[in-house]
Amino acid sequence: MYGKGLRPLSLITCVALTGAFALAFFYAPMDADQGISQKIFYVHVPMAIVALGGFVAGGLYSIAHLRTGDRGYDLKSYVAIHLSQILAVGTLITGSIWARASWGHWWVWDEPTLVSFLIVFLLYCCYQPLRFSIEDPERQARYASVFAITAGAFVPLNFLAVRLAQSYTHPRVLGTTDGLPAKMALAFYIAVVAMALLYVTLWKYEMASKHARNRLRSIRRGLGEDIGLTRSASPQ
Amino acid sequence: MIIASNTLPGDSGYVAAAYLVFLAIVLGYVAIMAIRAARLERDVVEIAELVEGRAHE
Repeated sequence: MYGKGLRPLSLITCVALTGAFALAFFYAPMDADQGISQKIFYVHVPMAIVALGGFVAGGLYSIAHLRTGDRGYDLKSYVAIHLSQILAVGTLITGSIWARASWGHWWVWDEPTLVSFLIVFLLYCCYQPLRFSIEDPERQARYASVFAITAGAFVPLNFLAVRLAQSYTHPRVLGTTDGLPAKMALAFYIAVVAMALLYVTLWKYEMASKHARNRLRSIRRGLGEDIGLTRSASPQ
Repeated sequence: MIIASNTLPGDSGYVAAAYLVFLAIVLGYVAIMAIRAARLERDVVEIAELVEGRAHE
């Protein structure tokens, strides 16, 4: 029952997101260096953090799938990765807008943070083509899990490598938020929590939808009907 | 100080664009999920009619 508690969670998410953005605009002080364009920080960085966290969660669900053989974990992993990809697209677009506003360029190729995030995104772009190129559902789930674990392990390694690399233009956020003024840090942390809540809400929303669909399919099979339900590319 | 604040870039358009991108992504996702929910409802109605039809037989 993934739909359980979805209504209060959705309301909390709406309040948290509205509150976080209100704090970002009306409570956090204006950055002396970047001015108003620094406000993009409160949507761009939380999206990036939650997207990367979602990729790791997808890997963890895949480990559970391979250990137990429960296809439910594979579905959880698929939805987690799918949602993270959507947030990663948002991260890349908002990052480009921020880069244009701050540095005068849409993209900077010699910046490890940007390029590494792009590499992670492109890596996960291979997930769905790989998954749906295999017809047998068992093999599909197994291969997708192996991919999700490998790519999920790459995310923290990539994060560490980037932090060890010398930065030229992109600021380091985690570990350096101590340097943020208290009001900025508060708005930032609330934005991260709100974004994580949004992720969990949408994940539960999609899981409830897929679960209902799969239940409906099994009911139809039970009725002996051979009429297929509306097509879906997602795993069962 | 006043001179320094006057030289700050007026990039509110970029900020609005970034937040609109976020909003568009969330709304787009919710719209797709709503379409899927409508399809699901159609399938439920179809199955309910099927079950009723069999009950009458």
